Amino acid sequence: MHEDTRFKKRTLFLIAYLIFALLPIYWMVNMSFKSNEEILASFSFFPQHFSLASYKTIFTDESWYSGYINSLIYVGINTVISISVALPAAYAFSRYSFLGDKHVFFWLLTNRMTPPAVFLLPFFQLYTTLGLMDTHIAVAMAHLLFNVPLAVWILEGFMSGIPREIDETAYIDGYSFPRFFATIFLPLIKAGVGVAAFFCFMFSWVELLLARTLTSVNAKPIVAIMTRTVSASGMDWATLAAAGTLTIVPGAIVIWFVRHYIAKGFAMGRV
Amino acid sequence: MKPVNQKAWFLVLPVFICVAFSAILPLMTVVNYSVQDIISPERRVFVGVEWFASVMRDPELHEALLRQLLFSVAVLLVEIPLGIALALSMPAQGWKSSATLVLISLSLLIPWNVVGTIWQIFGRSDIGLLGAGLKALGVDYNYTGNSLDAWLTVLVMDVWHWTPLVALLGFAGLRSIPDAYYQAARIDGASKFAVFRYIQLPKMRGVLMIAVLLRFMDSFMIYTEPFVLTGGGPGNSTTFLSQYLTQKAVGQFDLGPAAAFSLIYFLIILLLCFILYNWMQALGQSEKEGASHA
Repeated sequence: MHEDTRFKKRTLFLIAYLIFALLPIYWMVNMSFKSNEEILASFSFFPQHFSLASYKTIFTDESWYSGYINSLIYVGINTVISISVALPAAYAFSRYSFLGDKHVFFWLLTNRMTPPAVFLLPFFQLYTTLGLMDTHIAVAMAHLLFNVPLAVWILEGFMSGIPREIDETAYIDGYSFPRFFATIFLPLIKAGVGVAAFFCFMFSWVELLLARTLTSVNAKPIVAIMTRTVSASGMDWATLAAAGTLTIVPGAIVIWFVRHYIAKGFAMGRV
Repeated sequence: MKPVNQKAWFLVLPVFICVAFSAILPLMTVVNYSVQDIISPERRVFVGVEWFASVMRDPELHEALLRQLLFSVAVLLVEIPLGIALALSMPAQGWKSSATLVLISLSLLIPWNVVGTIWQIFGRSDIGLLGAGLKALGVDYNYTGNSLDAWLTVLVMDVWHWTPLVALLGFAGLRSIPDAYYQAARIDGASKFAVFRYIQLPKMRGVLMIAVLLRFMDSFMIYTEPFVLTGGGPGNSTTFLSQYLTQKAVGQFDLGPAAAFSLIYFLIILLLCFILYNWMQALGQSEKEGASHA
């Protein structure tokens, strides 16, 4: 009986939060099926004149849908690089002491502490000199600045939770470092890798300032293309809402794929 | 203690190169600007610390800083406990777990300018769900006219937008606790609260530290959402630090003072994060010692 009421309280709390979380999103989806006139004219829970016009604009106009493709390319490159360089580094930080380890660890995070506007001009000059302007690589590299430190910190947090005896037993059993890392250690920190990958994806996906500055046509991301809905003639609310609704989709698919990593977590095979 | 092994630097090297490549050049540029008066690209005068002194004396900056501190503290006080509570309530297995994970993370994935725009409509009492709902309840709510309403709207928007980050980190941290710990607690007849206090909370300390630092520094640099939602108004009630900085840099085109401002800004965040970090580290350390004495 006691367990039962407790369970109900938790579920009620969760449902209440989910409603709070979904209402603004519902309103965005609702707006995306209306026309601009209808959005501004009156309050309604459902579109009175259901319209797919905004979505049609996005799916038929190449300058719109190419934005999604560009974003996906550089976000993908960025996430893969971030996680692959962060994994060994996080292992080093969690397992060994070495010269300057604490300072470097904290220094990494300081790179997230500067308003991104500060980086605009120097990055513009840097990537122009390198001849990388308006490429996916440029944006992916620029985003490493805030994603690599994040990935290192998250992964280190998870790795430090794994007892060091596991490493030692494996080395005694004759495992080489790469084999130990791939077959024993990685499965143990699945949850951390899942969360880190999702956060790298997310922060790179929604970043606007740098992505807009470093691209013009060929690699222009969807977040930058969206800003065209704000113009002198007024806001194009409906198209913005439709584009916003569509920007959620790739991330939702990513979290769907990493959900098992996050939820399973610690499956102590050995010890 | 961790064994000393200088070769571990090789594992860190790729990260070091990636980040240093992007970080050092901009920092040099900013320091360079901060000590010069740039009259035109050809005419620059070295002014030393003059910009720093004038920025530090700016009363508007002091107000913006105070508003910013208040906002960031409020963000932490709401989002961290709420995020932990959510992490504890989320189902661990089955389709319910998957569905909750996906639904909870949706708000994180919306570009920040869209977040502001959606809340702009959402909060309007004539055509927005939140505004109309509050009006129906008899609350006199107007985020464009009333300072307190505007401030609260920005706060609620931030809570809506970012609590999932804390919840996801906490949830993943909870899932990393081996079953053996819970079994031991059950044998000892530990209460739910004792399990939370002595097993779940200490085990989540690492991820919660990341959550606290991330939420602190990101909320301290918040720009796009309040800029789109309220434009900093009414009055200056939601003009936070970065918006004030941008007004200075872009609006008045004062590169020198703006650069000095960014450096001071960065140092404030650095100092506060350093204090938070060390405080949470010490908290964990004393906990460990307490446990080993017991």
